[in-house]
Amino acid sequence: MTSAPDFDSVQLADVSRHFGRRRALAKITLTARAGDIVGLLGPNGAGKSTLISVLATLARPTSGEVFYGGETAARLGAALRRRLGLLGHELFLYPELSARQNLMFFAELYGLDARAVVDAALERAGLADRADDDVSGFSRGMRQRLALERALLHAPKLALFDEPFTGLDDRAVSLVADRLRALADSRAIVVVATHDLDLADGLVTRIALIRDGRLLADEPATGGLRARYRGAIGSA
Amino acid sequence: MFVRTALLVLRKDFAIEVKSREILYTTLLFALSCVLVFSIGFVKQGEPLEDAASGILWIAVEFAGTLALGRTFERERYAETLRALLLAPASRAAIYLGKMLGIVLLLAIVELALAPLVAILFRAPFGAEPVLLAVLLAAGTIGFAAVGTLFAAMLVRARSRDVMLPILLYPITIPVMIAGVRGTSALLQSPPDTATVVMWIAILTAFDVVFVTLSLWTFEPVMTE
Repeated sequence: MTSAPDFDSVQLADVSRHFGRRRALAKITLTARAGDIVGLLGPNGAGKSTLISVLATLARPTSGEVFYGGETAARLGAALRRRLGLLGHELFLYPELSARQNLMFFAELYGLDARAVVDAALERAGLADRADDDVSGFSRGMRQRLALERALLHAPKLALFDEPFTGLDDRAVSLVADRLRALADSRAIVVVATHDLDLADGLVTRIALIRDGRLLADEPATGGLRARYRGAIGSA
Repeated sequence: MFVRTALLVLRKDFAIEVKSREILYTTLLFALSCVLVFSIGFVKQGEPLEDAASGILWIAVEFAGTLALGRTFERERYAETLRALLLAPASRAAIYLGKMLGIVLLLAIVELALAPLVAILFRAPFGAEPVLLAVLLAAGTIGFAAVGTLFAAMLVRARSRDVMLPILLYPITIPVMIAGVRGTSALLQSPPDTATVVMWIAILTAFDVVFVTLSLWTFEPVMTE
């Protein structure tokens, strides 16, 4: 098996993505570095999810390039995916399987020492006592915690989150936020697409404001996010 | 790693099916109903229409297979787990192979129930050459599943996937149907025309080699948006 590449930055260089005649991303240039928590902010349909898909190598840019520490995804091949983690809108879990079966499957797919990492992940998710219950019987918060651990099982270098706080109560939100901070502290690159400006305000270290596929601002997060969002994009 | 990944995906699909039994039951019921309905039309006063058995067997397999393909990928679409599979560092061709083997296994179980039912209702002497029949069914099923798995995966995000799957799948799998039906007909002659059966098996095998190779080769690019 090819060893996983290491990188300290991800750079989008003039990345555009079109779906037929519809333009989802237009010449986005953006760099995220190890330790950053980059908040992708923008209204519905701005292109945040497409940008996440491009970074995750699930969608190819129509033009432009994405560099993972100076190398392109095409050059790094499947080994790059060992360093990427994604938690999407949907949770990427099989509801018919138990929490343990879900994590075991993905751990083995990533070639990890499944038993050890799965037990630790179940502990972190607070689901050790429900490990053998089917995911279909879990609440939204429990599923989200499990999905988060699934996405991070292999300790990714680039962790991508698309609306990770949707449908969570305050306690679960704070657990997820703490996990993202811990990831950034461990020198991972964290990219979060969210609509929750109040939450993002205390969490992200950089913001990328996107509208209609265009990058309107890329700057350090220094508080007052709602006002800056309103100024760049409109009412929030 | 390639084979291990394919077996992991197969084992995961098997574990889900053992728990839900959803696809097996619906596919089996659909296939058996199909044969029963045909028997009402093609068996008059206890006498089946000549040569009907082979066509009905393969139509039931193809229709049941289409249903199984749709349901299998609907399961991967529901929670976007197909994206999680594609994001794994494993070979995407291995993921394709695992999904395809799951369909083949499911259809093999359906065929185990279908063949005796067709034999009874249409007085087809399938028992005369059981090994040749098994090889013929296996070769045809692999060819059908090879093409079907690729198309079902490609269409998983399409809104009209239920309509598009048969429209794309049936024209391309016509050689499978022709070879399967002709081969089975030769098998049902008295005595069985084994030379003709072997020829159709060879044609099916060639189809399998071409389409499994093509699908393994194209799965990675077609699954990247």
